[in-house]
Amino acid sequence: MNDLTTLTLAGALAGLRARRFSSLELADAHIAAIESARALNAFVLETPEQAREMALRADARLAAGAAGPLEGAPLGIKDLFCTKGVRSTAGSRILETFVPTYESTVTANLWRDGAVMLGKLNMDEFAMGSSNETSAFGPVVNPWRSRASNKALSPGGSSGGSACAVAADLVLGATATDTGGSIRQPASLTATVGVKPTYGRCSRWGIVAFASSLDQAGPLAKTVEDAAILLRSMSGHDPKDSTSLPAQVPDFPAFVGKSVKGLRVGVPREYRVENMPSEIEALWERGVAWLEDAGCEIVEVSLPHTKYALPAYYIIAPAEASSNLARYDGIRYGLRVEAPTLREVYENTRAEGFGEEVKRRVLIGTYVLSAGYYDAYYLKALKVRRRIADDFDQVFDRVDALLTPTAPCAAFGLGERTADPIAMYLNDIFTVTVNLSGLPAISIPGALDAAGLPLGLQVIGRALDEATIFSLAAALEKSAAFQAKPPRWWTG
Amino acid sequence: MPIDADTVRKVANLARIRVEEARLAPMAAELSGIIAWIEQLAEVECEDVVTEGGDAAAILANAPKARDGFFVAPKVVE
Repeated sequence: MNDLTTLTLAGALAGLRARRFSSLELADAHIAAIESARALNAFVLETPEQAREMALRADARLAAGAAGPLEGAPLGIKDLFCTKGVRSTAGSRILETFVPTYESTVTANLWRDGAVMLGKLNMDEFAMGSSNETSAFGPVVNPWRSRASNKALSPGGSSGGSACAVAADLVLGATATDTGGSIRQPASLTATVGVKPTYGRCSRWGIVAFASSLDQAGPLAKTVEDAAILLRSMSGHDPKDSTSLPAQVPDFPAFVGKSVKGLRVGVPREYRVENMPSEIEALWERGVAWLEDAGCEIVEVSLPHTKYALPAYYIIAPAEASSNLARYDGIRYGLRVEAPTLREVYENTRAEGFGEEVKRRVLIGTYVLSAGYYDAYYLKALKVRRRIADDFDQVFDRVDALLTPTAPCAAFGLGERTADPIAMYLNDIFTVTVNLSGLPAISIPGALDAAGLPLGLQVIGRALDEATIFSLAAALEKSAAFQAKPPRWWTG
Repeated sequence: MPIDADTVRKVANLARIRVEEARLAPMAAELSGIIAWIEQLAEVECEDVVTEGGDAAAILANAPKARDGFFVAPKVVE
């Protein structure tokens, strides 16, 4: 029975339609896998009863010939997405008791298309982190371990629970969000496929806000095809999100396997950073060769403002976060710490409800927006953001997409990098430029390093051109022929 | 510019987050480290350059009344 968990989403959907197994059997196989994988701490809430009910309804629709595109497929949901009647915490103590009375648009789209919810996935608190260690519910453990030791490694973050659940075959796919790299960096560290679509492609309605001009939902999946299937269902214009784009959603899976012959792919020289492990450099070169073999023309390009992307991000994102998180005041929902005065209720609630990294970012955000510093920091960062977007605009006159590494390192040990916030921020050096520019990007597993840990490759596309990056990612996936799976050390 | 404990107290007050006295100095050091790293943005030349304009005649072409390159307006302040 447990073999059902090793299926891809595409394979499972085909099996369900051919009635080789039922959605209930598929859900039960995954529920059993989740129960035996609690050592990974991927879930903050398991919803097996709801999964079985949804699976039974899916089986009825499959029997009636009324199946949706995801009918009967069990998925995990990052705990940043509000799910009606199901606790949604954003990984924070301050929302530990929050049960939404509404459903996020993205998850509603998945249920409309027949998907089944297995539970809510662990994450860095309010998506602020690159290692899952800022979660109020403890860190997720990466299913991958180094060949040299049994040390617990980080799955990356903030969507670490989503990446872990996909990598460990606990779900057929998962929702995730990406504000500075939170889908793609965990994908790279867990050998999964992660897509951050164009800003505005997926509705942000009902997703707990971190930095609204950067936040974007996307899938984590086992294959490029699976990611395309999931993104097709997640996307679409939503009048409830004023930044949602009224654009047609292409049939993304149709672009998986399409020829990439004649496409021009840029390799940005500024992404060759100091201290990058030689294995990442080597994988990048292999990626170039794979695309050349597939008929692409490779062009070296320059994105001169790349090195300023992270500092600009660490002004803009905390500034927006300090404003967005002002709503957690202990009055309307979530934690309240009683005190003699209203002001102390606010201050004590937020002191106890927020973790250290969230406090740091709210304070930085408040500082850069405060009188006397607004122009020097916030306004300056907005101008630099424009320069970074201009870099991409100029390059996309000449190329159809860009190829880069996804992350500057493989999975690292839990606790190894928590002492230095800036060292942690540098995880997003290759991913954050895309959030600042609103562009789509995908990460795919490329190879294992000498320690046996996965490394990812990233393809960046033009705005609203996810189709091309799906084609290029599929070509890379085919050449990389990445088949490794982590041994299931966590069971039993 | 380094952030001192007083600035942390002020900012924490604005953000409505209680920070214990003993945490003010360590927090100031952490935030100063981040701000110092962010300050490399000062290297980026971001002056907005005006690349169009300087055509007063076109701007005044539809004015009901103009003189010496200016709009002529009725007296506003008595």
